[in-house]
Amino acid sequence: MAEKISNKDVFFNPFSKTNPVVVQVLGICSVLAVTAKLEPAIVMGISVIAVLAFANVIISLLRNTIPTNIRIIVQLVVVAGLVVIVEQLLRAFAYDVALQLSVFIGLIITNCILMGRLEAFAMGNKPWPAFLDGVGNGIGYAIILIIVGFFRELLGSGTLLGFQVVPDSWYTAGYVNNGLMILPPMALVVVACIIWVQRARNKDLQEAQ
Amino acid sequence: MINKQSNVYTIIYIIILVVVVGTALAFTSLSLSGRQKENADIDKMRQILASVHITPAKADIIQAFNSHIVAQPVVNAQGQQVADDAFDVVVANEVKLADAERKLPVFECRLDDGSTKYILPVYGAGLWGPIWGYVALDSDGSTVYGAYFAHQGETPGLGAEIEKPAFCNQFEGKQLFKNGQFLPIAVLKAGLKPTNGEDYVDGVSGGTITSKGVSAMLSNCLQPYEPYLQSLRNK
Repeated sequence: MAEKISNKDVFFNPFSKTNPVVVQVLGICSVLAVTAKLEPAIVMGISVIAVLAFANVIISLLRNTIPTNIRIIVQLVVVAGLVVIVEQLLRAFAYDVALQLSVFIGLIITNCILMGRLEAFAMGNKPWPAFLDGVGNGIGYAIILIIVGFFRELLGSGTLLGFQVVPDSWYTAGYVNNGLMILPPMALVVVACIIWVQRARNKDLQEAQ
Repeated sequence: MINKQSNVYTIIYIIILVVVVGTALAFTSLSLSGRQKENADIDKMRQILASVHITPAKADIIQAFNSHIVAQPVVNAQGQQVADDAFDVVVANEVKLADAERKLPVFECRLDDGSTKYILPVYGAGLWGPIWGYVALDSDGSTVYGAYFAHQGETPGLGAEIEKPAFCNQFEGKQLFKNGQFLPIAVLKAGLKPTNGEDYVDGVSGGTITSKGVSAMLSNCLQPYEPYLQSLRNK
């Protein structure tokens, strides 16, 4: 284990320096799937924050009792249970949102960030830092989702959160939406652009020449 | 000190864990199921009303449904009424049966201007999951008055466009009966035309499989209604 890091760093590092998506390149699959529009991207981000925070705390509480050879199974059971509970709660109290996210909620189970954080952090740390780590990484993931969703919806559909922002006069002047932005490959290109900007600004991340 | 690597410890640990998680899930599901059923029913009412362009505020849906839907007959493939609980028929299960065995729900809707519309549910498969909808017909049993489509997980911006008015509104005014023949509306790539003279609408570009799914869903689900719709025509 590396040197002890402060709770503040545990919480804030995932926003930029150890961002799960653009630095660790985890959870790319869901970034492709849910970012064609901004709204599902936001709700997905919030759901991942909730599930990741609770899963981290539970695994952290159990960490000294979990038999090593089945630890991945234990983590999966906890995450799967939490995801189903979140989905049931959404269906009962926020039915519209539940319908909109539909399969994506279930896909949180397969999100690599969850397993990554549980295995790398929650298994070796106390509940409070684990909670901060979960929320921090969740937010780090959500930020990227929202940035990607913003550009894809703006350039691909000319709308934001369903409201038209590109004025009609542009369309009459010959502007057309970029249909490629709606397709999954463009999410990768947008993520790559974010990584580029991130590395250009953050010298720590640049590999030695 | 217990040996945490022993097989006995591992097995007991996982059994306890699974029982605890299972209990938590069962408890959540049981305690929330009433509320979820209510939400689902209200949502179904909203969708049925949407097919006849009635879009009440969330709180008024039940009242609007009860005042507009005047009868809910269930008919069989011969066009005879067999029950009157159309709302409780699960269309997803019915479409798997042979045409002759299906229970076919009909929602009879009285609009504010006094005209009667017949709303038929449809259910099928898109690219990623189920798609469904409601098709409202004029009292002649042939002209489409309105259509509503929904999906579980089609790609946003592509297949998911079937739920948008731009797609649904194309169905208005299309005929199910052409020259006395029953031909449920086809969904085709823009620019194509069906060879049998059937009425058609343009599919969603980039959502080819979903569009084909809508087309297949309409033909599969509406076909068994033919005798019933024929009887409406002859009224």
